[in-house]
Amino acid sequence: MSRAPGDLTPTAGQTVGPFFHYALPYPGDSELVPPGRADAVRLHGVVRDGAGDPVPDALLEIWQADPSGAIAQEPGSLRRDGFTFTGWGRAATDATGHYSFSTVTPGATGPGQAPFVAVTVFARGLLNRLFTRAYLPGDLDGDTLLASVAEDRRHTLVAVADEQGYRFDIRLQGEGETVFLRHPRH
Amino acid sequence: MVTQAEMDGEIAAIGAAYESAVSAGGAEETQPRLDYPPYRSSLLRHPTKDLHHADPEGVELWAPAFGHRDVGTLEADLTIQHGGEPIGERTVVTGRVLDGDGRPVRRQLVEIWQANAGGRYIHKRDQHPAAIDPNFTGVGRCLTDDDGTYRFTTIKPGPYPWKNHRNAWRPAHIHFSMFGTEFTQRMVTQMYFPGDPLFALDPIYQSIVDPRARERLVATYDHDITQHEWATGYRWDIVLTGAHRTLMEPEEEHA
Ligand SMILES: [Fe+3]
Repeated sequence: MSRAPGDLTPTAGQTVGPFFHYALPYPGDSELVPPGRADAVRLHGVVRDGAGDPVPDALLEIWQADPSGAIAQEPGSLRRDGFTFTGWGRAATDATGHYSFSTVTPGATGPGQAPFVAVTVFARGLLNRLFTRAYLPGDLDGDTLLASVAEDRRHTLVAVADEQGYRFDIRLQGEGETVFLRHPRH
Repeated sequence: MVTQAEMDGEIAAIGAAYESAVSAGGAEETQPRLDYPPYRSSLLRHPTKDLHHADPEGVELWAPAFGHRDVGTLEADLTIQHGGEPIGERTVVTGRVLDGDGRPVRRQLVEIWQANAGGRYIHKRDQHPAAIDPNFTGVGRCLTDDDGTYRFTTIKPGPYPWKNHRNAWRPAHIHFSMFGTEFTQRMVTQMYFPGDPLFALDPIYQSIVDPRARERLVATYDHDITQHEWATGYRWDIVLTGAHRTLMEPEEEHA
């Protein structure tokens, strides 16, 4: 028997493998809002491996609040209508390891909470998904999580402002390795 | 390129070290190792620093919602996406998605993808010289029902070769992607079929070093799911990692 009755141990993850491209990406996956809309910003970056080389077969997902800090519970992420903000998106990296989302700037979800975009990373060669956060640049002094991270690694959790929005590079391993998160009960 | 025998030695050494650590009182590992050298593509792609403890907050305590606007009911049948019948063993794969407290994960998205009966993916990077089946793409989606049950009709995939080591073959598997009720429960994994002779040889399957944790990825043949003169049937239940929202909310009330 694969799982004994009553066994509630979490199922193990496995790598997304090399062949997810024809299954998981879909038209409009990375466009939480249409690019070019007045409040649209770009969240983009490059995923790199331990040698500093770009990872062309990674998949990122983001999940975020809207600009007022509200958390969407609207369906429609897979068939976007261009008007409903669902808060979730998916983007595969291209041949240069680059990913790009069109989204809006998230607001704080509660008093004293710094706004961030929650990020999941999948890739060929990565045996289980990784979680991280992309904080927005600004005053982050009061944030509990950032305060718990060693100062020399804190910057890996903070996006950098650029002309269209935010740049958030991910380093899976090595110099400047991104801080990846583990949650209780995992 | 190392031989399968050398690969078997690497896998066995890690397995033996884990077994002796557990018998000395070490923790049971229920997830794959990220740092698992027998899977060569992981060498430069695993973090070297410990994962950093984070109490989930804000959006992390919620998951995106999907509905019938996102997923059509026919998308759960991978055998009717083209003009004719696909080649291979028609099979029904069904089970429940539960959270770590045993609650069904209701009306949530499940995505699958897989090779065809000959072990070939419809993917430009797949160079395996096995036939493409014009009647089979190998991609499906569904929403769980109120009981957390998902159900797909598909074709049993074949094993396929890959370049990890000399004569490396993946055991037959279906890739699964699941969402829970919270962002932190997001998972992607692979479901296997019982009794596959390639299990012991496969570094991706063996990257889950605990034998019981590996076996949880293996579906069970279920003759009650099998359909008369139509399809074989397999059952595979999925348990996501523990939820936090119910734990965090009472704390917030006191804050
Ligand atoms: Fe595969």
